[in-house]
Amino acid sequence: MSQEPSADSAATTPGAAPTDGSRRSFMKQAGGILGLALAPPLIGQAERFTAFSKTVEGVTEMTLKVNGTARALRAEPRVTLLDALRENLDLTGTKKGCDHGQCGACTVLVDGRRVNSCLTLAVMNQGKEITTIEGLAKGEELHPMQAAFVKHDGFQCGYCTPGQIMSGVACVREGHATTDDQTREWMSGNLCRCGAYPNIVAAVREVAGKS
Amino acid sequence: MDTEPTFFETNGPGTGGVVGLPLDRVDGFAKVTGQAKYSAEYRLPGLTYGVLKTSAIAKGKILSIDTAAAAKEPGVLAVLTHLNMPKLAKTPNDAEGKKAIGAPMGFLPLTSDQIHYAGQPVALIVADTFERATHAASLVRVQYAEEKPIGSFLDPKAQVFDPEKVQDGKTPGHTRRGNPQDALAASAVQLTATYVHAINHHNPMEPGATTAVWEAPDRVTVYESTQGVTRTQKSVATMLGLPQEQVRVITKYLGGGFGCKGASWPHTILTVQAAKAVGRPVKLSLTRPQMFTSMGHREDQTQTLKLGATKEGKLTALIHEKTSTTSPWDNYAEPNSKIINLLYECPNFESSYQLGRANVMTSTFMRAPGEAPGSFAIECSMDDLAYQLGIDPLQIRLLNYAEKDPSNGKPWSSKSLKQCYARGAELFGWSKRNPKAGVTREGRYLVGMGMATASYPVHNSQGTARVRLYADGHAVVQTGATDLGTGTYTVMTQVAADALGIAPDKVRFELGDTKLPTAPNSGGSVAAGTVSSSIYMAAQDVWQKLTKLAIQDKKSPLFKAKATDVVVEKGRLVLKANKAKGEDFAALMKRAEITDMEGSGAGKYGSGYEAAQAAANADPTKKDEAGEHSMHSFGAHFCEVKVDAELGTVRVTRWVSIHGAGRILNAKTARSQIIGGSIFGIGSALMEETFRDPNLARYTNASLGEYHIPVNADIPEMTVEFIDEHDPYINAMGVKGIGEISMVGVAAAVANAVFHATGKRIRSLPITPDKVMNSLAV
Repeated sequence: MSQEPSADSAATTPGAAPTDGSRRSFMKQAGGILGLALAPPLIGQAERFTAFSKTVEGVTEMTLKVNGTARALRAEPRVTLLDALRENLDLTGTKKGCDHGQCGACTVLVDGRRVNSCLTLAVMNQGKEITTIEGLAKGEELHPMQAAFVKHDGFQCGYCTPGQIMSGVACVREGHATTDDQTREWMSGNLCRCGAYPNIVAAVREVAGKS
Repeated sequence: MDTEPTFFETNGPGTGGVVGLPLDRVDGFAKVTGQAKYSAEYRLPGLTYGVLKTSAIAKGKILSIDTAAAAKEPGVLAVLTHLNMPKLAKTPNDAEGKKAIGAPMGFLPLTSDQIHYAGQPVALIVADTFERATHAASLVRVQYAEEKPIGSFLDPKAQVFDPEKVQDGKTPGHTRRGNPQDALAASAVQLTATYVHAINHHNPMEPGATTAVWEAPDRVTVYESTQGVTRTQKSVATMLGLPQEQVRVITKYLGGGFGCKGASWPHTILTVQAAKAVGRPVKLSLTRPQMFTSMGHREDQTQTLKLGATKEGKLTALIHEKTSTTSPWDNYAEPNSKIINLLYECPNFESSYQLGRANVMTSTFMRAPGEAPGSFAIECSMDDLAYQLGIDPLQIRLLNYAEKDPSNGKPWSSKSLKQCYARGAELFGWSKRNPKAGVTREGRYLVGMGMATASYPVHNSQGTARVRLYADGHAVVQTGATDLGTGTYTVMTQVAADALGIAPDKVRFELGDTKLPTAPNSGGSVAAGTVSSSIYMAAQDVWQKLTKLAIQDKKSPLFKAKATDVVVEKGRLVLKANKAKGEDFAALMKRAEITDMEGSGAGKYGSGYEAAQAAANADPTKKDEAGEHSMHSFGAHFCEVKVDAELGTVRVTRWVSIHGAGRILNAKTARSQIIGGSIFGIGSALMEETFRDPNLARYTNASLGEYHIPVNADIPEMTVEFIDEHDPYINAMGVKGIGEISMVGVAAAVANAVFHATGKRIRSLPITPDKVMNSLAV
């Protein structure tokens, strides 16, 4: 773990709760939340994302490239990619089911890879290509995976669905949908409490078969 | 004009109608594109964020709360505790208040300094961002006077008692039929078994969420993740002391519920109060850990079932005792005994409930409340009886088949269980099963086949709907129902299309708003039947009005016809005797220069209903026959498991479910519901268990990483079919509902398959590898 104090202890220091611009630093924030991610081997990466913002303290300007469009927002560095999408950019298609990377409802693609957007900070994702469920369809024309989910009824309540579909798209692209058993395994990071699994497998199978 | 009977004959598969067809979900596009808005997703001007701070202890008293540091944080608008929370007109803290509110729990946090359970909210922090509110919550310092809590009914200090009634007064604490004790003592075969069911949590993927907006000092809108907008409206209005219509509740999309969103829990009213306090809209989403202590659970419980039978395998007596944990205030136990009382022909029956008070929140209905754990007990014991007597498990069930309801002697309104057994056995290949347990191997795996019966009642319910049919050929259909994901949007669109004789894409169906006609909670499997019947009746109201118009219109082919001689077929009003004579509704309305015709209807569901057709079918010498039926769905599950004898893991490898549940409104969504319920049951059978520390009365695995629900890799392909069933008694549409029966008997089917695989009976759910290994070691 990083030696930096946690977000909690940093803020409980008497007098350490000043105004907007001078709150705890990004490094302190990230130290508490990210821990290992900021350990020495990855510090270069940390420097890389700080380069996109002039300041990394308090509320900051950042730019996220979401679904091909650069979107500017003002948020604190501790804001997760998930919350930035939902609360700042009004892209509520990406769902919050657990906020701990355990359910997969928040799955988005970052530079083509599936990522639990609750486990990554928005500020870290500047300069990357972020694809959310809102970016799959071309107008009224659904992406084949979306169409297959509708056709095979790969959902009931629809809350895990955007995450399942993003995972499904990546799963096929990764080559992890060559058999049903493989699909089940590689789709198991996305929980569905309504129990649509056989229908999800059918949807992924169809798309994998066509691609 | 005819009503119900014609509907059966003129619509449905093969007749040009769409009811029953496997249509894609009408809300599918919105859900797969991320456009569907759930309750925490409304972008409102000035929106703020509420976060709960919860109790670190399970029992005691708050000595002091230091909110100063939290309040000083930037963006923090309020830190509400029991000391400064505005007072409510009514709380559920007394019996009268609880009843008036319809509260699921006789206690509201933040009304006193008392702590009764771990995770109880002690403060609600509101800030301008989620992060600031969350951080500020961590700065609230609470000092407690801690007392030793009681962890469950198993705690020696728990007060265990015989309640007069359980399930909020809905079920008697003690029931007896015949003379079970004597009958059991005289039985050739006597079996006694004790079953344990772990604590289960609903865990819908969408956490409970409330967004409250005060539009005036006495008017509030609440976007709520609830299974019933009207019930929430009534609860919130009663607590606030406002007229009911001053509270508007909206639920356009609901991310699952399974019972935990059926009633109005504390976080809802607390958010509404917080919004009033800060004068801005407040949104509060429960965190996943908070979901384990905020919206109820299925209680930890032990059941002992004594079964008496003849040596031929006919049941003579059933005696059921259940002991379970309840909260400090309420007498809640799910009614397990009901299904045991009626599943098989048995002349003598007795059930009793015992409750133990502990420091937990009140448990609540969870998918098939009572039927799910009750069926686990009876269906495992029936399996025991079969093996003991060397009778096939399916045969033992046929041998005890109940031709009428044993609990009340009434005939069934319909029952297709024998067909379910036969079709299920055929599809599953039951006849290939080795009758001996513990002998079938496939490589390293022990292979087992098990089955179990399912049943779920048709509950009483009623609702209303409004239909507006436009002369241009489209319609708007409205009812304040909710769609948990079960397909309400879709099936109601289909029903309206057929009832109005128009294509489904000409129907706009709206739900989930208290401004719409009142509909029942989506719970107890009542929504499909009640709401579809309401819409059907509302359409009949439209046709009656249009018929009246036609027979008074000189230019109508139906001028001067008798109203009772006119029928409607696919949107055409025609003479019953000469169907060529008549006209389309659009022509009639255009001539009369009216743009639209509105109708409303009330649909009833359950044993209160007497359909015109039921009356027509009834024996005239028995006037009450139509209402004198016992109304239930029935079904059967067949399961194959593979047990790894070295690791103790159990995998479900094949699954067949067959149900007779009245009219099926959409073959695709219905299949999904049955699959989903079966998977829910497989979860309870093999992995779902919330651990409550016996000393701290605190959950130790309150997350989706540690409370295991089935994942994709746990589930095989599944086969689902329905037996075609026309039940004229239950409601206008003949729909029984399938949300819960899909789960009943599932855990038993799995447990019976595990027994067949290993020859060892595990009576404690979930059947985890440790239990399998222990059973194999004996």
